[in-house]
Amino acid sequence: MTRTTGRKLISSLFVGFCALSVLLALVPLAFVLFFVVREGIQALNFNFFTKMPAPVGEAGGGMANAIVGTFMVTGLGSMFAIPIGIVSGVYMSEYAGTRFAALARFAADTLNGVPSIVIGVFVYGIAVLPFKQFSALAGGLALGVMMIPIIARTTEELLLLVPGTMREGALALGATHARAVFSVVLPAALPGIVTGVVLALARIAGETAPLLFTSSGNRFFTTSLTQPIGTLTVMVYTYAISAYEDWHRQAWAGALVLVSIVLMCSLLARFATRKIEGLQSQ
Amino acid sequence: MGTGAFALVLVLIVCAIGFELTRQSMLSIEKFGFNFWRTQVWDPVAGQFGALPFIWGTLYSSVLALVIATPIALGIAVFISELCPAWLRQPLVFLTELLAAIPSIVYGLWGIFVLVPAVRAFELSVPAPLRELPLFSGPPLGVGMLAAGVILAIMVIPFTSSVAREVLKSVPPAQREGAYALGATRFEAIRAALFFARTGIVGAVMLGFGRALGETMAVTMVIGNNPKISASLFAPQYTMAAVLANEFTEADTNLYLNALVEIGLVLFVVTLIVNSLSRLLIWSMARPLRREAAAVVVPAAESAA
Repeated sequence: MTRTTGRKLISSLFVGFCALSVLLALVPLAFVLFFVVREGIQALNFNFFTKMPAPVGEAGGGMANAIVGTFMVTGLGSMFAIPIGIVSGVYMSEYAGTRFAALARFAADTLNGVPSIVIGVFVYGIAVLPFKQFSALAGGLALGVMMIPIIARTTEELLLLVPGTMREGALALGATHARAVFSVVLPAALPGIVTGVVLALARIAGETAPLLFTSSGNRFFTTSLTQPIGTLTVMVYTYAISAYEDWHRQAWAGALVLVSIVLMCSLLARFATRKIEGLQSQ
Repeated sequence: MGTGAFALVLVLIVCAIGFELTRQSMLSIEKFGFNFWRTQVWDPVAGQFGALPFIWGTLYSSVLALVIATPIALGIAVFISELCPAWLRQPLVFLTELLAAIPSIVYGLWGIFVLVPAVRAFELSVPAPLRELPLFSGPPLGVGMLAAGVILAIMVIPFTSSVAREVLKSVPPAQREGAYALGATRFEAIRAALFFARTGIVGAVMLGFGRALGETMAVTMVIGNNPKISASLFAPQYTMAAVLANEFTEADTNLYLNALVEIGLVLFVVTLIVNSLSRLLIWSMARPLRREAAAVVVPAAESAA
């Protein structure tokens, strides 16, 4: 009898531990969000979005140039990452059984696991060193390289979910393989793929390490592709490790903007996936 | 179809990274050879480059993060997949995924201004006799190994727990039902499921390890950036990723730059090995189950043919 009680006790303790570990993970999440919102709100105002950074030591100013920079670098990256990612995802799902598809999948997973700072070093070697110039293009290239495997794997997984009957239907009507894939199968999976792309964008917009020595930083406004360009993340980093009180405040404001972007994208994606699941269950 | 060319791009990028990093680090590889990884003096001014302190710091912080994160991550995975009521499952999955979505730089900022002061307060509260131990020696600065380990643990938890959850999902329900039928308690049934899934669980932990090895910004901002090997949790140290982030743009000689790229190369190779191994484990866990499923399908296909 006591043995049973002991076993039950252990079991309850275990259940308690599992519940506790959920709390243990949610506490830092709550703390991070709490501080980012509390500190960020104080420093966030209209100027933050419209003004240039003030000269060192002078209070005020904003991060308008960095916000534009983040959009530019992320946009440049997605311009080549989205097509390459989606099409290679199509290949991996259409030729799922082949050796080369397995190799491509392995490459995608490997690339996904490469530390972002290493991507930065790589792009520095191929796009900065030869031209002796940090540039927005190099930053975009680094972010794009990080985006490709995420999009490719999402596309692949979503295409595999599309019922085979749809493809067979198209083929039976005389469509070529390419036609069946691009006109029937891909559109069916499109809402999911768009969700995946949005999530990838959110993740990439928050990256700092690959930008440190590709797009570097710039306190002045520029939209030139061949000049160094400021981005929100790099700016938050420089401000956070600086010695100025006012810069710290602005770093928090930048963090709040970053977290809001991520949060909005996640919620949007979650809402969209729920809608897709609803459609599939019908 | 032409889509293969795009898939080839993926393969080429990985090869290009390996090639480019090797090419850019040749100077350092030729000059220092294996000594690069055995010596501890990192003095760019004197042209002395020994990377041992960075390896030590990277391994120490990642292992520390795993020690903290693994039990919590597995607890979360078990709670979400086995214990919690169905209505709570989706919100909890969403929240743990949010933990992974927060940018590294935001963790770093939070680390500098919230976590580091908290760690310093904790370090001050450690009683003097314990401070004699090598594990707790050194002045209570706040920045250092402990802060880095904690912040890494927070960042690694969502990865490990989401893979562990997937792995647990692939354990056949009959496993648990069998255990319950034999009179097992909840803990005993789940332990059986965890044991059944052990290769996949190890894979999940290794995947977290791979993440921790390469994490840059948050660690750079709280670890103290001091290239000195120490066993102490309180000592400021340095990691491979952090030295790249800090010194790369300051490298004024070719040899210095090559030495830094060599650190990047090793980081690339090590994470590649760790990730491949972890995927192999997760995959080998899922494969026998898939084969069982295939065994059910194949006869039907044959009879149709």
